[in-house]
Amino acid sequence: MQIYLPIAELSVNVFLLLGMGGGVGFLSGLFGVGGGFLMTPLLIFIGIPPAVAVATEANQIVASSVSGVLAHWRRGNVDFKMGIVLLAGGVVGSSFGVWLFTLLRGIGQVDLVIKLSYVAFLSVIGGLMFSESIRAMLRRRKQTPTKRHHHYWIHGLPLKMRFRKSRLYISALLPLGVGFIVGVLSAIMGVGGGFVMVPAMIYLLGMPTVVVVGTSLFQIIFVTANVTVLQAVSNQTVDVVLAMLLLAAGVIGAQIGARFGSRMQGEHLRGLLAILVLTVCAKLTYDLVTTPEDLYSLIDTGDHR
Amino acid sequence: MKPRARTVIGLLVAAWAALSARPAATAEDLVVDLSAPVVAITTGFTGADLLLFGVVGGAGDVVVVVRGPARDETVRRKKRIAGIWVNRDLITFEQVPSFYATATNRPLNEFVTPEFLLDNQIGVRSIELKPKLKGLDAVEVARFRDALVRNMQKQGLYARQPGNVTFLGNRLFRTTITFPANVATGTYGIDVYLVRDNKLISWKTTLMTVRKFGFEAGVFDFAHRHSLAYGVLAILIAAVAGWLAGAVFRRA
Repeated sequence: MQIYLPIAELSVNVFLLLGMGGGVGFLSGLFGVGGGFLMTPLLIFIGIPPAVAVATEANQIVASSVSGVLAHWRRGNVDFKMGIVLLAGGVVGSSFGVWLFTLLRGIGQVDLVIKLSYVAFLSVIGGLMFSESIRAMLRRRKQTPTKRHHHYWIHGLPLKMRFRKSRLYISALLPLGVGFIVGVLSAIMGVGGGFVMVPAMIYLLGMPTVVVVGTSLFQIIFVTANVTVLQAVSNQTVDVVLAMLLLAAGVIGAQIGARFGSRMQGEHLRGLLAILVLTVCAKLTYDLVTTPEDLYSLIDTGDHR
Repeated sequence: MKPRARTVIGLLVAAWAALSARPAATAEDLVVDLSAPVVAITTGFTGADLLLFGVVGGAGDVVVVVRGPARDETVRRKKRIAGIWVNRDLITFEQVPSFYATATNRPLNEFVTPEFLLDNQIGVRSIELKPKLKGLDAVEVARFRDALVRNMQKQGLYARQPGNVTFLGNRLFRTTITFPANVATGTYGIDVYLVRDNKLISWKTTLMTVRKFGFEAGVFDFAHRHSLAYGVLAILIAAVAGWLAGAVFRRA
């Protein structure tokens, strides 16, 4: 059964979209990630214009983050103060990101920048996660204790703030900066940015793991909401029909994935996720370096109408 | 027999009757009509077939040319930079038809010269495509032009082969115009030429529209006219959907 997507302006099989939503939802529930980094490349792969894929995915992430944050909120695992500081940086970053996106679209380079950002971030994050999970698996056997808090130069920055829930007394510039960078990524790559945010919160800010996911989801809601509105206003590329189909299947997949995930060991999960991330990354890299079938292409600069 | 085919035959007969009944009609008359003047893009749209039919007043060959709404189109060429293929050179062509298809009753080269095709812009090789900037290298322009046509053909928007015009008897003819699912909305021009001895005897232009209808049209218009409200609504829908999903699964 085909459905015509009003903004993407093409017709796609409904079951393909539902399958993608469910599949990515399952993985995101399993690994506790947003899944944007998988969905956006998949959408581009099935022929959705990259500009529409990125903007629509931001809209879908709003939904999945809302449903995710509720569970964490009930358990009291959201540090709202930290979330708001991250969010402040995120709103500025994502606004800048959408502006950059529109500019790049105008000069016909947005596809390249999207793909390069993916390759850069997925390879770094995937590589780090993979080596970390291998080390964790080895450590598990040896049972050596690990150090919790590290001290870097960044802890000497001004504007110190106390975050009670996270039991931290650090410079507000730090979460602001992290929020900004993730905001830019969110706008350009069509992701929530959890895969950058979560490691940054643990390793850079030193937040306790228990509040990390809830707080990250909390701020992702607002950053992706900001991206959705800005993309809708400046590029008119948010396809609500596409977003609805993906999220309907996505939330169901995520619930099933979460049940599977609770039965697996953390470092095994992270190891598998790392392999998944590196696979997506390898595919994107392959497409960038192999000689394309046709060197010439028609460029969507967004000014047809 | 399909109901549509029956109406078409009915219309053909009516057209034929109208033409024969008019004593003032010259031998060169050409009457053309479509099975529908509008192609509607709705939720289940997967492309559409439109039937064009008509009557020729005299002997000759029929050529049908369909052109979609024109717009500027930018072609870019990739170049390898540090191992990565990057879009570099570009040429923007003006007034590029977003759709182009032809149909004839026999191969064009059997009854017209290449010059005739060029003069009347018949066939993808004859479409007039001018670069926006003047004074570009002609060889380069030709390369980019070929690439433009090739890409449009790959998207199914430019026909690779001319379609068939079928004559039913000596005077009645019909052809099917096929639109893919990715057609642009707007006004399409359909030119029908009657050709005899490499000369244009008569021609008729018919207009038709491709439009979004109902829900699809509503969403598109809303997104473009009230983009801020659209964005806010998109977030609200997403937030409610997410909250609902959370609530439902919590109970389950």
